Amino acid sequence: MTLGVRIGVAVASVVAAALVVPLGAVAWRADGWDGLRPSDWGALRFTLGQAMVSAALSVLLAVPVARALARRRFAGRGAVILLLGAPFILPVIVAVLGLVAVFGRSGPVNTLLTAVGLEPVSIYGAHGVVLAHVFFNMPLATRLIVQGWQAIPGERLRLAASLGFTTRDTFRLLEWPMLRAVVPGVFLVIFLICTTSFAVALALGGGPNATTVELAIYEAFRFDFDLGRAAMLGALQLILGATAAVLSLRLALPSGFGAGQDRVVPRWDSQGWAVRMQDSVAIGLACAFLLLPVAIVLGDGIGHVTTLPAAVWWGALRSLVIAVAAALLTTSLALAMAIAATRPHGGWIEVAGTLSVAASPLVLGTGLFLLVLPVANPVVLALPVTLFVNVVLGLPFALRALIPAMRDLIRDYDRLSASLNLSGWAWLRLVGLPRLRRPLGFAAGLTAALAAGDLGVIALFASPDQATLPLVLYQLMGSYRMDEAKAAALLLIALSLGVFWLFERGSRDA
Amino acid sequence: MLELRALRVDLGAFHVSADLSLTTGGITAIMGASGSGKSTILSAIAGFVPPSAGQIRIDGADVTALAPGARPLSVLFQDNNLFPHLTVAQNVGLGLDPGLRLTPQHREARDVVLTRVGLDGMGDRLPRDLSGGQQSRVALARALLRRRPWLLLDEPFSALGPALRQDMLALLRETTRDEGLSVLMVTHDPGDARSIADSVCMLADGVLAPPAETQELFANPTEVLRSYLG
Repeated sequence: MTLGVRIGVAVASVVAAALVVPLGAVAWRADGWDGLRPSDWGALRFTLGQAMVSAALSVLLAVPVARALARRRFAGRGAVILLLGAPFILPVIVAVLGLVAVFGRSGPVNTLLTAVGLEPVSIYGAHGVVLAHVFFNMPLATRLIVQGWQAIPGERLRLAASLGFTTRDTFRLLEWPMLRAVVPGVFLVIFLICTTSFAVALALGGGPNATTVELAIYEAFRFDFDLGRAAMLGALQLILGATAAVLSLRLALPSGFGAGQDRVVPRWDSQGWAVRMQDSVAIGLACAFLLLPVAIVLGDGIGHVTTLPAAVWWGALRSLVIAVAAALLTTSLALAMAIAATRPHGGWIEVAGTLSVAASPLVLGTGLFLLVLPVANPVVLALPVTLFVNVVLGLPFALRALIPAMRDLIRDYDRLSASLNLSGWAWLRLVGLPRLRRPLGFAAGLTAALAAGDLGVIALFASPDQATLPLVLYQLMGSYRMDEAKAAALLLIALSLGVFWLFERGSRDA
Repeated sequence: MLELRALRVDLGAFHVSADLSLTTGGITAIMGASGSGKSTILSAIAGFVPPSAGQIRIDGADVTALAPGARPLSVLFQDNNLFPHLTVAQNVGLGLDPGLRLTPQHREARDVVLTRVGLDGMGDRLPRDLSGGQQSRVALARALLRRRPWLLLDEPFSALGPALRQDMLALLRETTRDEGLSVLMVTHDPGDARSIADSVCMLADGVLAPPAETQELFANPTEVLRSYLG
């Protein structure tokens, strides 16, 4: 195992350097505070403001849904829980396209509003950004709050029932204290996620009142080619991300896919028809909100798949290659790091692997651009850089899946391995890979899905002949070729979910 | 000869010491109350816990600094003796080559030993398809196959019922005698010690006593044994 540990330490050092060097380049190249325009401070204000509103709305809407899921058992409950996990691997640009289809000018919502004589709403701008963030984070908030509900001991509820508590009493004496303990953490996590928003802001925001710092970096880069200002904005985003990361260290960050959510605590206080109705409406609306946008995209897109231009298929191929490469690289690196991280004095390796949480894709991209610029044309390296950023961003998730499994493996079988002189490659082949295939498959699937759907650093670098599928999709939207965009979105969903499914399933069978 | 020379193992505030030698051949039991440090001393001999002082010598060679797999001994733990994803044949084969690259001679030896412990034809099964007693036999088969001169057992077969455990102890005694293995086993059960051990080392108050012949010890119990038996 000592060789494995040495490899792991080396990998962790390289990963840490790969994060620190681009960030150093950003800090070094930054212009200083004078280089920022008033609009840049506006971007910071908007970033914080929209994150605040998005987090608040996500949590507020999640509470009734979580409550309904926690106290009802019904056919399809498992499917609803699964649906709440799906936005995590749904490509952002697909969801945005779906929201445009539902809430856009000719979508069903505005048709309804005009029919009853009301002003139509516009999806573009600040409220569109917030809407998309709620779409992604309300499900996350729901899953986390459901966990809080399920942590209320069944004995408490039994006692409450024997004392004749009404629904209101239960809420005041049991549920409200739980919410007060759980909700601030959930709020903070979502707030942090929303501060690094790029793809949503790129597609729905923009302009003086709806530009995030990430989007401002992109614009300084792409439109002004003002590297000093882009770097300064990057430094600003880095401070934001680092503060966020330090804050989040105090909270146990939730994992993307919660386990053990199939348990329903028996309830005696929620049997009235009004409460039942309320729960049904909450679950129904949440499902409609999540399903309708994607359903419209898929329904409209399916007829146009066969007539898609070749550029879309090439984009799909590039995305597939990046997804598979990112999955294999991330899991290999994470495995080496997990081996070293679970040994004595290995704690720093886990920290190094999760550092990327503080660094946003655009900041990393800016740093890499600055580093590459003196030696090569960065545009040529658009795809390798995209791969690199996705590997680094996938690492925290992969480590979170692998390290606990590795700890179990060491606890249960390390002495046996040692007593049989089983180490090095033989250990990896006979013990490590077979015992860790589930978390490895999950990590690979997650990384592949996220990389396939990623619209981040690729937008910064790529020329049209290098576009990945999400970027092609964004460009189709930009030129209002909505039918083709929807067909491309269908392709992208199939790609993201497909690679996730293949890796995750593949690790279960055989 | 297994010698523990002024051996001392510290685990936090807890410590165990031993200064004795065990002759080759036969079965020695380490007996003591739970929490007295029996497993700790066994772990030190096996190489999982580094001693804070003293030496462990086997057949004249100092093994104190050797890795567990390099010591001239095999270990059977209380549980997790088998890899659940490997077949019986693979689990046993690990005793011949940790990389599982087995020659035809290796395979033959493996099948002979499987037959010896009564698992003829079960090589393709996974541990989960075996009973607890059969799983113990697989682990014993691997230890026999490794042919290391010493076999260390930590509360072996403790998960088995009384009848099965007696069977396993009998098989252990028979097979290790045939193969010429010396056995050192930890137990808290005086019955186990009396039924198969040739000699017994009592562990009390952090000190492992030198071995005493089993029949003699139980005929004229020491103060330590009397208070242990109650």
